[in-house]
Amino acid sequence: MDVIETLKTLWNDSGFQSFFVDSGWKNLVMIVISCLLLYLGIKKKFEPLLLVGIAFGCLLVNLSYFGEGSSDALYHLDLWDNFLDPDHEDYHSYGAILKHGGLLDILYIGVKAGVYPSLIFMGVGAMTDFGPLISNPKSLLLGAAAQMGVFLAFFGAICLGFTGQEAASIGIIGGADGPTAIFLTTRLAPHLLGAIAIAAYSYMALIPMIQPPIMKALTTEKERQVKMEQSRTVSKTEKIIFPIIVAMFVILLLPSTAPLVGCLMLGNLWRECGVTERLSDTVQNALMNIVTVFLGISVGATTAATRFLSLETIKIVGLGLAAFCFSTIGGLLVGKLMYKLSGGKINPLIGSAGVSAVPMAARVSQMEGQKANPKNFLLMHAMGPNVAGVIGSAIAAGFLLAVFK
Amino acid sequence: MVENTTIAVTEIATKATEATTESGDKLSIGEAAVTAIFGYSVVFAGLVILMIVLYCTGAYFKSKEAKSKAVPANNAEPVQKAAPAVEQKLAPGSAGHVKLFDVPDKEAAMIMAIVADKMQKPLNELHFISIKEVK
Repeated sequence: MDVIETLKTLWNDSGFQSFFVDSGWKNLVMIVISCLLLYLGIKKKFEPLLLVGIAFGCLLVNLSYFGEGSSDALYHLDLWDNFLDPDHEDYHSYGAILKHGGLLDILYIGVKAGVYPSLIFMGVGAMTDFGPLISNPKSLLLGAAAQMGVFLAFFGAICLGFTGQEAASIGIIGGADGPTAIFLTTRLAPHLLGAIAIAAYSYMALIPMIQPPIMKALTTEKERQVKMEQSRTVSKTEKIIFPIIVAMFVILLLPSTAPLVGCLMLGNLWRECGVTERLSDTVQNALMNIVTVFLGISVGATTAATRFLSLETIKIVGLGLAAFCFSTIGGLLVGKLMYKLSGGKINPLIGSAGVSAVPMAARVSQMEGQKANPKNFLLMHAMGPNVAGVIGSAIAAGFLLAVFK
Repeated sequence: MVENTTIAVTEIATKATEATTESGDKLSIGEAAVTAIFGYSVVFAGLVILMIVLYCTGAYFKSKEAKSKAVPANNAEPVQKAAPAVEQKLAPGSAGHVKLFDVPDKEAAMIMAIVADKMQKPLNELHFISIKEVK
């Protein structure tokens, strides 16, 4: 055995060597970024359930994929490019992915087919109490108003040179709803998935820092002090009928929302109907955890250095932040309008909870309300707009999908 | 009626799709502005109609509840007089009853959970005597 030749072969096969060839240095940068994301997820607790998985998926792909010909890679960008190319023989061929793909390629099929985001929505539905929304249907206006950031960011993205499909995917970051953002992006602009998912989840984790300054700037001390009246108690029958009505109405209005809204409402029906506790429990816990594992790691895998390190990513990060801020502003402005129209009975702070991000945004409203008036308990009032925001962002996504698919 | 409305909205969305995708993937700023305003309006319209539906179902259930309360209220007195006062049994591990003054059960539970969290003590080790809303 020629030891020197064997060592040379081993070196040429190793990933270390790839860092020094062509644009291999970009992989090193991505490895540093993935370690930073791991730090944010583990140490700073930024949406750790998803961000840790996304960061590790990012690490794995950048350790194993150095461009076309990386046969041992866990995820192959080139395979997915062929999958989306109508002129290629592997166009829309999951068989080719299963035959040539790595572990993360196979897991990514669930993202591409829209299975994971819908199943996550099923879990969200099973965990959500829509009671505050049913008892105060006006909350839906705040949920609608807080989608302002989606459409302003969409407009901003067009101004910055993105295509309509890319702009729609970027805009939906303002819906502050991770599964919806992933669902829409995989359908309209899958090449931007990594950047959009990371931006969406990072900003959702940063809501306690992003929203309070805007809330203070747009409301007066007097408005923040408003103590809201107790809402009426919602009967069990109403809670059972609610998911059925919403599913029928929203899916008829925008059929493209069917996977998200259908799963959200099915999960909620299992929770409320009282005869499917086992299913509700499984969807809330076991299934949700399993899907979170697959979703996080496979979304992280889309952040291959060759695609992720670009000016586009920086623009997406900036537009995502703008989208979050404008969504908060939209909710607060309508909250202020409702304060005026109700004769000061509605605290405008609950408007900012109209961005989905359940229950983080509602907690921020509660905290800011309590800072202004320690006797203020806005949490349940803010939960109404908060869950309305989930429905609102699904409708916004459905609209964008209907227009751009 | 809802179905007719939804069909109309879908038709408008289709027209918008044609308008926005005619020029290829890239949209002009004007087209983008129209799409953004139209999209925001669709979200509002959808949720406003849903709000109206919820108000209608809410009104129906409120009236039904009021009717069902009115019927037993007429027969309630003799039953109350006949039945001897039975003291409610405490749940295992419970530290006793909490007197609530103008505070609904849900809010009381939330307050107790917050206090336990702030004190870093398990809830079953705390004894709440009463919770009263300060007006």
